[in-house]
Amino acid sequence: MNQDTVRDGWEVVIGLEIHAQLATRSKIFSASPTAYGAAPNTQASLVDLGYPGTLPVLNGDAVRMAVKFGLATGATIAARSIFARKNYFYPDLPKGYQISQYERPVVEDGSLEILLENGTKKTIGITRAHLEEDAGKSLHEGLANASGIDLNRAGTPLLEIVSEPDLRSAKEAIAYLKKVHTLVRYLEICDGNMQEGSFRCDANVSVRRFGKTEFGTRCEIKNVNSFRFVEKAINYEVERQIDVLEGGGSIVQETRLYDSAKDETRPMRSKEEANDYRYFPDPDLLPLEIAPAFVEQVRATLPELPDEKAARFSLHHGLSPYDAGVLTSSRELADFYEAVVRELGGAAASAKLAANWVMGDFSAFLNRDGLEFGAARVPAAALAGLLRRIQDETISGKIAKEVFELMWADAAEADAVIEAKGLKQITDTSAIETAIAAVMAANPKQLAEYRSGKDKLFGFFVGQTMKATQGKANPAQLNELLKKLLGGP
Amino acid sequence: MSLHRRSVAELAAGLAAKEFSAVELARHFLARIATSNPALNAFLTVTAERALADAARADATRAAGKAGPLTGVPIAHKDIFCTDGIKTSCGSKMLDNFVAPYDATVVERLAAAGTVLLGKTNMDEFAMGSSNETSYFGPVRNPWDLAKVPGGSSGGSAAAVAARLVPAATGTDTGGSIRQPAALVGISGIKPTYGRVSRYGMVAFASSLDQGGILAPSAEDCALLLGAIAGFDPRDSTSVDVPVPDYVAELQAPLKGLRIGVLKEFFAAGLDGPTGALVEASIAQLRELGAQIVDVSCPNLPLSVPTYYVVAPAECSSNLSRFDGVRFGHRCQSPRDLMDLYKRSRGEGFGAEVKRRIMTGTYVLSAGYYDAYYLKAQKVRSLITADFKRAFEAVDVLAGPTSPTPAFDIGAKVDDPITMYLNDIYTIGANLAGLPAISVPCGFVGGLPVGLQLIGPHFGESRLLAAAHAYQRASDFHRRVPAAYA
Amino acid sequence: MSLTRRDVEAIAHLARLEITEGELPVYVDSLSKILSFVEQLNAAQTGTAEPMAHPLEGEVQRLRADVATETDRHQKYQANAPQVASALYVVPKVIE
Repeated sequence: MNQDTVRDGWEVVIGLEIHAQLATRSKIFSASPTAYGAAPNTQASLVDLGYPGTLPVLNGDAVRMAVKFGLATGATIAARSIFARKNYFYPDLPKGYQISQYERPVVEDGSLEILLENGTKKTIGITRAHLEEDAGKSLHEGLANASGIDLNRAGTPLLEIVSEPDLRSAKEAIAYLKKVHTLVRYLEICDGNMQEGSFRCDANVSVRRFGKTEFGTRCEIKNVNSFRFVEKAINYEVERQIDVLEGGGSIVQETRLYDSAKDETRPMRSKEEANDYRYFPDPDLLPLEIAPAFVEQVRATLPELPDEKAARFSLHHGLSPYDAGVLTSSRELADFYEAVVRELGGAAASAKLAANWVMGDFSAFLNRDGLEFGAARVPAAALAGLLRRIQDETISGKIAKEVFELMWADAAEADAVIEAKGLKQITDTSAIETAIAAVMAANPKQLAEYRSGKDKLFGFFVGQTMKATQGKANPAQLNELLKKLLGGP
Repeated sequence: MSLHRRSVAELAAGLAAKEFSAVELARHFLARIATSNPALNAFLTVTAERALADAARADATRAAGKAGPLTGVPIAHKDIFCTDGIKTSCGSKMLDNFVAPYDATVVERLAAAGTVLLGKTNMDEFAMGSSNETSYFGPVRNPWDLAKVPGGSSGGSAAAVAARLVPAATGTDTGGSIRQPAALVGISGIKPTYGRVSRYGMVAFASSLDQGGILAPSAEDCALLLGAIAGFDPRDSTSVDVPVPDYVAELQAPLKGLRIGVLKEFFAAGLDGPTGALVEASIAQLRELGAQIVDVSCPNLPLSVPTYYVVAPAECSSNLSRFDGVRFGHRCQSPRDLMDLYKRSRGEGFGAEVKRRIMTGTYVLSAGYYDAYYLKAQKVRSLITADFKRAFEAVDVLAGPTSPTPAFDIGAKVDDPITMYLNDIYTIGANLAGLPAISVPCGFVGGLPVGLQLIGPHFGESRLLAAAHAYQRASDFHRRVPAAYA
Repeated sequence: MSLTRRDVEAIAHLARLEITEGELPVYVDSLSKILSFVEQLNAAQTGTAEPMAHPLEGEVQRLRADVATETDRHQKYQANAPQVASALYVVPKVIE
């Protein structure tokens, strides 16, 4: 069945809790490094290990990053927020409590717009975003009936971004998730790496009969570590809940784990008992006060945001909202596109050509080779050099693709490739006329048929002449000259 | 005068005059510990080798002309302060096997000042107790009467100083744990303003109340040592960046004109008659010395004990969750599963009083009870704080008893937690409001010492120490030593 | 407040403390007494008093510069650990 068609009479309600690891050098409450992939427990300091007598001291950059996110989502930055302890026992939680924010988070009441498939926009509310510390990891391989605890990740700063239950399908959830993903990378507050767990998502999913205003009982799905799995997990969960309800059952509020291998969700055993986290203000930390001057300082560091950039691309470059959306989906892509346009003189006329090439062949080659923008075999200036040769009709768009491939392979400049391979477009009228004459002489039968009214054969003559010129004839000129020399059908 | 009868200030002077060396001094006190500690049980760990090494270094420093005022002075740390490479037990089975891998800021600063570490002192388990009977390593005995408690939780430090096994020791005070034992053994003890002394490396009991301080014979000694441990520490977010005055220089501030408030609530029902009479007599003496005595009231103060017994357990229940048998501390034998590991390790590792407080705290923070207990207590805490603030608009220092009675018999109150908790009725207020307070000896009832408590406004340590010093220049209770240890 | 055995068992479970059958009545009794004792707070007229989490008014959280200065010292730190394998802290199997 179509995954996005909600079953008869049911409405889906989704809220996302996104955990974005903040890209600080040191941890949120200690001076340990946060680098990913270090040997077990080599980045766990006394504070991270919860050693008796140790105390937390807040990392200022984590606060700056949270404020940055708040400003980018039009949220309220709390003048005063409070760190609280969330108490529970788990081996990857060294102190037996997680330092988080509860009643008074640093960021509240923000929103983001997502583009729906039908082209309309929808505003998704962001209830809050708060600072907290990450837990360590339990490893289960290689130990008989035991687990090994690595606390390198413990204390890594997280921004937990909680959406309103405004999402009505898995597709909307993904659109929102991608939007946040794009934003945090624009802001350079999170590297967005889902494989490494820098950007994680829990989904609160419930269903209700259409027309109902109260929410159904929700389940929280944890452990979804890719966009695709988020979508699959939500869709599985929606189907499961509707099956239960239609079978006369009821939904139990619980935490479920998504198993990507089986493509199903199942209850988490560790979360079976009702939680009583006994939140209370952390007496080791004082109230976090954020002065207006601090907020303005952070505001001054805000880059142009994806939506602003897309609007500018539409308005000044004449790009479609779709193209503008694609090009602004990552800051690097947008920057690359703009660099190409800038090389071409910044004219709106060049923009569409640049957009097509950046989104088309360039992105395709980059993806094929799994390269970062910085490592692209054809840098922005070189791509602009190629596009300039299309604009000045040195080569055709078709030949340009060939040139691009060679440029990519040899990290070469467009002009060098065109020169070396002799791909320069033929714009000399007499040369094209000579070629046309030769083709006409070689194909008398077709010429007769064309002239007697079989006008489809025009294409045949284009093809033959192009072949004769190794594709280098200027296509527009060729058309014009052919029409003249062939005579009308 | 024999070495151990001298105050810290006198020992420092003797060292400076090269009357004796730091090594001689360390040997003298180590010998006293060897003789007397078995009966007193004041020290849990004696660091003899370390002491002699510290002392030799101190002598070398002095020979090089680089000695400071505390170079070569022997001290002891309450076993709640983490000491790198030395067992730090917190008086608990939970940490019986725990060797701290780092030094607390207080430890670091006293070492940097050139003091000589003699060892770590006994205490109520995780500082929870007022009699030192909750220690896993057995009770400490009061040098004035071995059948009596020395008070708690810094009972080991108090008894060790009182018996002159060490010239001075560190302590911590969450609800009276420096002042009450100081009173019960006849020495001076100061709890500084919350935030004055770094809590880094001090095993936490109740983070918003805990404060490290000094136990020593005299207020002057307290001033000397407090100056070394006080001051801003970037590793403690609750440490306050306020300059540290020269407490020793400020001891000379005149008592004349000082407005001392006598707290009505401190002389209400529950105060032992003879104890109250001694405290009143000491206040009268302060008046004779030039102070102005004013009656004041803090009407919410009687609620300080119930407030404390919500706030402190709540914080302790969370602070002690880290003792889970995973990274350090006691682990039960052959746990069946994770739950078993947690429950048995913690059940075996903690004593009854600690468990009682963890459970009280867990309860008052749990869903459905938070508002009625924890939030309510936090509100009353702010009322009590406001009372003090109002009082300090009219007076400079508040005076009253430290403890409602002199030292009681070992075993007398262990079965009744409420009676035990009421020992702290006069000391808890200062913790709730974060105020500095000092207890100084002011007499004896039936051969047992009694303490006078002075409480000051935030960062008013100098004023407290000067008042106490003026009193001690006119009295000699702080010079008395139990006959057996003379 | 009078607690039942079940109340105390639930609290002990939440606090991850094993309480033996023999100890249970002692805790039921003493915890009930403590809660009754602290309930005198109910009589306090707290009105609009702000809950006080911290004794120092006006002090606010200090911010640390984002500098990683800690180095690997896991061997020293793990000397206190009851069980370690390949530098991991070992616990009975964690079931998610």
